[in-house]
Amino acid sequence: MLPDDQTLTEAGLAPHGQGRILLIACGALAHEVMALIRLNRWQHLDVQCLPAKLHLYPDKITQAVADCVADHRADYDAIHVLYADCGTGGLLQAKCQELGVDMIAGPHCYAFFEGNDRFATLAEDEFTAFYLTDFLVRQFDAFVWRPMGLDKHPQLRDMYFGHYTKLVYQAQTNDPQLDEKARQSAARLGLAYERRFTGYGELADFMQKAAN
Amino acid sequence: MADDDEIILSELSDEELVLQMHDDLYDGLKDEIEEGVNILIERGWTPYDVLTKALVAGMTIVGADFRDGILFVPEVLLAANAMKGGMAILKPLLVETGAPRMGKMVIGTVKGDIHDIGKNLVSMMMEGAGFEVLDLGINNSVEKYLEALEAEKPDILGMSALLTTTMPYMKVVIDTMKEKGMREDYIVLVGGAPLNEEFGKAIGADAYCRDAAVAVETAKQFVARKHNQMNA
Repeated sequence: MLPDDQTLTEAGLAPHGQGRILLIACGALAHEVMALIRLNRWQHLDVQCLPAKLHLYPDKITQAVADCVADHRADYDAIHVLYADCGTGGLLQAKCQELGVDMIAGPHCYAFFEGNDRFATLAEDEFTAFYLTDFLVRQFDAFVWRPMGLDKHPQLRDMYFGHYTKLVYQAQTNDPQLDEKARQSAARLGLAYERRFTGYGELADFMQKAAN
Repeated sequence: MADDDEIILSELSDEELVLQMHDDLYDGLKDEIEEGVNILIERGWTPYDVLTKALVAGMTIVGADFRDGILFVPEVLLAANAMKGGMAILKPLLVETGAPRMGKMVIGTVKGDIHDIGKNLVSMMMEGAGFEVLDLGINNSVEKYLEALEAEKPDILGMSALLTTTMPYMKVVIDTMKEKGMREDYIVLVGGAPLNEEFGKAIGADAYCRDAAVAVETAKQFVARKHNQMNA
């Protein structure tokens, strides 16, 4: 059973210690990764989620992943990294290459959920969109509203979001409550709202390859 | 920082007032900063002294605490907003009274990137340091950058990007400058959260600037070096 989002944010998720292959994932992907493992009965995959709060500190991601690989390399046949570039400016990719571990392609999870090629095409006309995934909709206050200081200084909203035009909720699941929460989040940011169902996108493809 | 409920700015000595303005900038108190600026001007301070001793010195403290992880982006934005209020009063006065000019900069975020918080901070701090800044805003194509360079003939081109997907565009701009034989005419500074020094070197920029304070110091050094070379 998965820990709650607060635990995934602060502490992540430790591996079970069973399985031949380890996936090192962002805590913000824990629900999706575990859902795919359940759906596909990939019992030989084990998962270590790093704290989702690293999303807010991209400069710490590369070292955290490298440390995790070092900690677990001897325990598994293979390790795969379920982080996109995530604002590391190519440093995570370079580190993964150096360590000889595979990493999912893409600039961030919004891109691989949508499909990297499609996302890149959309981005040409959609660079004024602000994206949320299921996790980020659930944790909107913890990952967007409070870290930006908007709970205390709502007057900063337009300094952050003045150039954005819409909020795109990339839905991994069909959940009317999340849809409504995402809509409310868009309203709080003063943005138009669009929901796009992406499912698990290229996350599923990458995990399928990792499982084989 | 300060318990300013009972502080009447106009009753403070110059020295106390400047220190209080540093506190007020730190706390992002725009109204108080505007009041402090007006008081100092009324007391006969030159606009340049108000700018450097009250505002820039205060923002330097904010910048250092941001770099050291004591302050975070929201607090820096509030401080910047307060400084902007003071700058709005000083700008026309600076034009009238004259102030040392350090050089000229054209700056903007690259094509596809709308994130301008860092760029705006750099613009403001560069102006505070005596640079003339032409801010091209967001989402700038190579053509727009080059047009501005040719029209304005600045010392420095500044480019900013927040996204991994947009930062490679800086190289497009620099490569085009090389193709046109104009790269060596300008100092090129780059910045933005996902960038690093290696990236700056790899794309052919003169320097990567980690934050606004570093941008100002780097700009000063490069401009001084450029002027020395011209005078040699």
